[in-house]
Amino acid sequence: MSSNQDNTVEHEEYYVPEQSKLPIFASIGLFLTVWGAANWLNGDANGPMYFFAGSLMFAFVLWNWFSIVISENIQGLNSPQLKKSYVIGMAWFIFSEVMFFAAFFGALFYVRSLAGPWLAGEGEQGLGNDLIWPGYEHEWPVMTTPDMAANGDSATMRGPEQNMSNPGLANWLGWLPFWNTAILLTSSVTCHIAHGALKKDNRRQFNIWLGLTVLLGIAFIILQIEEYVHAYNEMGLTLESGIYGATFFLLTGFHGAHVTLGTFMLLVMFLRSVLKGHFKSDDHFGFESASWYWHFVDVVWVGLFLYVYVFG
Amino acid sequence: MAHGPAKGFTRWLYTTNHKDIGSMYLWFSFAMFLLGGVFALVIRAELFEPGLQIVEPELFNQMTTMHGLVMVFGAVMPAFVGLANWMIPMMIGAPDMALPRMNNWSFWILPFAFAMMTSTLFMEGGAPNFGWTFYAPLSTTYAPPSVTFFIFAVHIMGASSIMGAINIIATIMNMRAPGMTYMKMPLFVWTWFITAYLLIAVMPVLAGVVTMMLFDIHFGTSFFDAAGGGDPVLFQHVFWFFGHPEVYIMILPAFGIVSAIIPTFARKPLFGYSSMVYATASIAFLSFVVWAHHMFTVGMPLAGELAFMYMTMLIAVPTGVKVFNWVTTMFKGSMTFETPMLFSIAFVILFTIGGFSGLMLAIAPADFQYHDTYFVVAHFHYVLVPGAIFSITAGVYYWLPKWCGNMYNETMGKTHFWTAFIGLNLTFFPMHFAGLSGMPRRIPDYNMMFADWNMISSVGAFLFGAAQILFLFNVIATIRGGKKATDEVWENPEGLEWTVASPAPYHTFSKPPQVS
Repeated sequence: MSSNQDNTVEHEEYYVPEQSKLPIFASIGLFLTVWGAANWLNGDANGPMYFFAGSLMFAFVLWNWFSIVISENIQGLNSPQLKKSYVIGMAWFIFSEVMFFAAFFGALFYVRSLAGPWLAGEGEQGLGNDLIWPGYEHEWPVMTTPDMAANGDSATMRGPEQNMSNPGLANWLGWLPFWNTAILLTSSVTCHIAHGALKKDNRRQFNIWLGLTVLLGIAFIILQIEEYVHAYNEMGLTLESGIYGATFFLLTGFHGAHVTLGTFMLLVMFLRSVLKGHFKSDDHFGFESASWYWHFVDVVWVGLFLYVYVFG
Repeated sequence: MAHGPAKGFTRWLYTTNHKDIGSMYLWFSFAMFLLGGVFALVIRAELFEPGLQIVEPELFNQMTTMHGLVMVFGAVMPAFVGLANWMIPMMIGAPDMALPRMNNWSFWILPFAFAMMTSTLFMEGGAPNFGWTFYAPLSTTYAPPSVTFFIFAVHIMGASSIMGAINIIATIMNMRAPGMTYMKMPLFVWTWFITAYLLIAVMPVLAGVVTMMLFDIHFGTSFFDAAGGGDPVLFQHVFWFFGHPEVYIMILPAFGIVSAIIPTFARKPLFGYSSMVYATASIAFLSFVVWAHHMFTVGMPLAGELAFMYMTMLIAVPTGVKVFNWVTTMFKGSMTFETPMLFSIAFVILFTIGGFSGLMLAIAPADFQYHDTYFVVAHFHYVLVPGAIFSITAGVYYWLPKWCGNMYNETMGKTHFWTAFIGLNLTFFPMHFAGLSGMPRRIPDYNMMFADWNMISSVGAFLFGAAQILFLFNVIATIRGGKKATDEVWENPEGLEWTVASPAPYHTFSKPPQVS
């Protein structure tokens, strides 16, 4: 939005939506989803039913919600001011997502650099080592957990058999995380090219580059699933593999979930463009917010690649 | 655009109006305040005398936990969001909040979240019993099954808070009337602006930590289990990285409210407006780097203890600036003492007492003595009750005539104030002494030597509770009738909200006001 626009005009065009049934039904859907999930986890037979019913309802409401927002914009109901509110909303939503990942990165750094050495008896904080976890030595990845060091074969909290860490630069070409990084970085570039094409009103180029971005996203997800299957079946690396398994799967897992959501968003944008001819060269925030989200998951991946894999 | 509210109950379900949503937030918050209050009175009834009289220790633990959770997430936070909804658009000359439908969604998640949280009281194994800080492994390995419901309730109320905060940020950045520059915004708007940033920075961290709990409980991870290489102390770090900014989330908007009220009744402009803004921002910034002062006794390296101690003490500087400014605003003012002003002056004095005991707790070596005693309970109740709760009450009395067009009953308001004031000091002041002489928190029974202090506290608690019934009665009576309020309500109050009719029209500004 240009900054020299007359403020007064913006305000008089402000659009307050009529009453809306969306929020209350979204709340009910969300509630049923989490209520079902909690019951399910606690072993209640009705849990899955509530969970799936709630998820369906939630997805249905969100679908409608987005449809309404899109059609309002197409009808020209959205003032420049409201459009700016959407931009601000998306930007700070992404910031909140950054902080969500920060919690898990923080946990990783703390355990790896502080708590681990203390468990192994380092410094004043390590006094308990001899008494509680005799024989534990800290290394990262934690392959031998404190439980294994102290209790040997009777240990219940066991580390992984193998880990995902850097196999040395020479072996990178056969190392899946490297290819995943290449794919995701490339997809960020293709997404950016698509954006440039849209701004130049080149619809064909936009569709091609956006479609390519979606394909790269899907490729990433497939490779990530492949990596998980490999980890579970051949590397003895699971969620239960001590703190390494926990941090590895939660960080990469939540990232993977975000990539999945991002790919879905881009796919919707692709279909909107191809099937409905949505987006104009100067009015395409739906696509732009999806692309921001995509760049965000890309940046998180760079952090993961460095701290979970390369320096793992 | 509709010109008035819709008819019938669906008005409240489907509304996109900031005033409707603000009212729902405020009523919801008051209901939670009463519920959390009942939990508190169960605690105080049990502690009236040494020995076990009324509840089993197991239920006592559930009461302390639910009291804290309901008051923090159900009473204080939604009350401030309710005030923000009502006042921010009026204060900055906006027609409504920036994202009205999302606004309604933020509200409607809350009743579901708290229904889910409260339902845990009736579940097998009882409600969460590990304290509102839910330290692992109490909240993981040793938790009742209902903890799963607690975790998901936290998840969705966090989503509600984040959406509410985003809405407030978008409103303030994007909806100000022409001429309403940032440094002309009322302090309530400024403090909420900064609070909203705290919310979107730390609510996701809370979501992260409860997610780790969920995985430790149900999926065999070992985040908080040293046997697998994790660390229970990790929980405390992540929790307090959320938790300390959280306590400022519960006090910064309060600063904004009293900064609006004191100038009105001192009949002087606020002293040091810009220093108030900078002080608020400094407090918010510092809140991110002091979290470990909640865990001095957990076994941190000395360097950590020192760093967190000094950073914490630094907070006293911007806070001192604020208290100085409020006092200076009143200095040589032509003061009158209507109910909102009484609550605000009590805020300044009693919050400062709570601040000072906070400073005592910040001294790491001294904290080893105070940690987990009733001194800590006294401290945080002094900042939360005469801090957050009194400021919200002051704000309600101050703006209620604008909301409903009628004046409240001043005599009843003053009676409410004095009952609450005496009640809360009777409740919480003795806790300092009980704590200093060694009474631990979160226990249903105690040594005979603490009997006198506890009996006084319990009497005070019931007095404070009774005062709130008077408040409810006064508010309902004001909504139903009473002397008509003028548009200005008070004598020359500052702010755009006083330029519109009382009660404020359903859609406040059809044309943007000009701010000079």
